[in-house]
Amino acid sequence: MNSSLRLRAGLVSIALLAAFLGIWHLATRSTAPVTTMSPEYAKLMGLTATQGKSAMPGPLDVGAKLWDHLKRPFYDNGPNDKGLGIQLAYSIARVGTGYLLAVLVAIPLGFLIGMSPLLSKALDPFIQVLKPISPLAWMPLALYTIKDSSVSAIFVIFICSIWPMLLNTVFGVASVRKEWINVARTLEVGTIRRAFTVILPAAAPTILTGMRISIGIAWLVIVAAEMLVGGTGIGYFVWNEWNNLSITNVIIAILLIGIVGMLLDQILARFTRMVTFPE
Amino acid sequence: MTDKFVSIEGIAKRYPGAGGATTTIFENLWLSMARGEFCCVIGHSGCGKTTVLNILAGLDAPSEGAVIVDGQAISGTSLDRAVIFQSHALLPWRTVLGNVAYAVSSKWRSWDRAKVKAHAQTFIDLVGLTGSEYKRPSELSGGMKQRVGIARALSITPKMMLMDEPFSALDALTRGTLQDEVRRICLETGQTAFMITHDVDEAIYLADKIFLMTNGPGAVLAEVVENPLPRDRARTDLHRHPLYYALRNHIIDFLVARSKTFVAETPDHDPRNVPLVHIGKPGLTIASGSEEQRQTWTPGTNPGLSA
Ligand SMILES: Nc1ncnc2c1ncn2[C@@H]1O[C@H](COP(=O)(O)OP(=O)(O)OP(=O)(O)O)[C@@H](O)[C@H]1O
Ligand SMILES: [Mg+2]
Repeated sequence: MNSSLRLRAGLVSIALLAAFLGIWHLATRSTAPVTTMSPEYAKLMGLTATQGKSAMPGPLDVGAKLWDHLKRPFYDNGPNDKGLGIQLAYSIARVGTGYLLAVLVAIPLGFLIGMSPLLSKALDPFIQVLKPISPLAWMPLALYTIKDSSVSAIFVIFICSIWPMLLNTVFGVASVRKEWINVARTLEVGTIRRAFTVILPAAAPTILTGMRISIGIAWLVIVAAEMLVGGTGIGYFVWNEWNNLSITNVIIAILLIGIVGMLLDQILARFTRMVTFPE
Repeated sequence: MTDKFVSIEGIAKRYPGAGGATTTIFENLWLSMARGEFCCVIGHSGCGKTTVLNILAGLDAPSEGAVIVDGQAISGTSLDRAVIFQSHALLPWRTVLGNVAYAVSSKWRSWDRAKVKAHAQTFIDLVGLTGSEYKRPSELSGGMKQRVGIARALSITPKMMLMDEPFSALDALTRGTLQDEVRRICLETGQTAFMITHDVDEAIYLADKIFLMTNGPGAVLAEVVENPLPRDRARTDLHRHPLYYALRNHIIDFLVARSKTFVAETPDHDPRNVPLVHIGKPGLTIASGSEEQRQTWTPGTNPGLSA
């Protein structure tokens, strides 16, 4: 029953993909060659003019180009021509650094705030104001104070991934079941040990959910941030290829951004499952 | 009764109510228990039983008054007073063994893993959960969870056990078995026990003394009923005891009728000297018709069993 459902869903997915690729192919395929045209003009305009080819690349063009990229992902021909693997690695490294820094700040701070009603009330207005600020709005300030575009991008990642983690940690810690706390109290468990043996495991699923939201946001923001700061990274690659008018590369980059984002989400989802306990 | 192991001295609990007023759940409550005594509290829902138990446990502080245990006023919780929670309160991310071991290692911080495990295992065996050590609470039945709670409470070898309706969520059969076990363990280890229950027969089977509380708000401890049944009693034979029905009727009578009107009808009630009721001892008896005390059990007549 269940496996047949999965099988049927898989078949439908494949059919949808095939339909999408088919329509894409049909919409972008070459029409009959335009005959009357001066040879110079034809040379200037390339295939678009000579064979009536659409400016939008078809799935076969993208596939061929993707294969090229996959064959040599790590080449480096100077600042404007690097393999996609290198560009993705830069982006992932920035997201990883900013995200880890955010984890190191958000989780201990969230613990403190969640355990102390006073801190919780006192810091609430700040969090409420800071949380809705678009992370990119920080960019000029970061560039001005840090004076390093790469570090600024990391800072932007840090600032955008901190809020979901902080709020979820606060919420998770503050809403640990009273009876579990009471168990620790009747056993005279000290504050530190209680934090690690009761509050942390009890709040872990909520905290991990926050971390999962954060990594998603961080991956969304890095593309925009790299378009702004330039130099390296998948966001810069997209912008650079747009300036080169290489829509094929843009489409490939979009696809890869989606896949990496999905993988990051899956990794966090797995961690979440590891700490989730059935009640 | 000279040995007061536990003494609750004039405690009150008030909560801020609507519009700046305060709601008094109870006040000037006095109560004492001897070492090794098993006491049950019976009263209607919301009268403040859990509040009293939480104050005894140190989980909650009284608005007034003090609790003395073993000659010392308590401040906060203690490993000497173990609590068995109504909702079992097991840590769901730990196994059965993990839950009991958590308590053991909290009491004996310096013990190594093996020693903690061996000690925890003894108590898991004691409550009959051998073989389920590595199950998580979600894989256990209600009765098994409650057993883990009992094992956890006993494993720290407390001086006193506090139980808040520990069996109320269980089916009759499981409840009966666990009552037997708790009774046996408490007698064997000489525990002083304080148990809240809604089940009159449970109180009669387990208790040496039964505290009757009136309805809240402003609940008072109306009577302390001494259980006339011998300490050596069997659950199945309870109703054969000549004083069983007198005792049972006295309690039910209180719950049905007198708990509502007690405060109004007894203006000279002294909370410091709560009447001690000896069922079946002429002269000291209060209430519940005297013919019932002379009642002897005859086969075939089982009045009140369906009550
Ligand atoms: N935090 C609180 N604020 C205000 N009132 C409270 C609070 N906690 C408990 N109460 C009140 O105190 C009274 C006694 O509560 P308690 O839980 O002790 O009752 P109980 O006798 O254990 O009832 P039950 O048999 O239903 O468990 C109740 O009327 C309840 O409304
Ligand atoms: Mg209660």
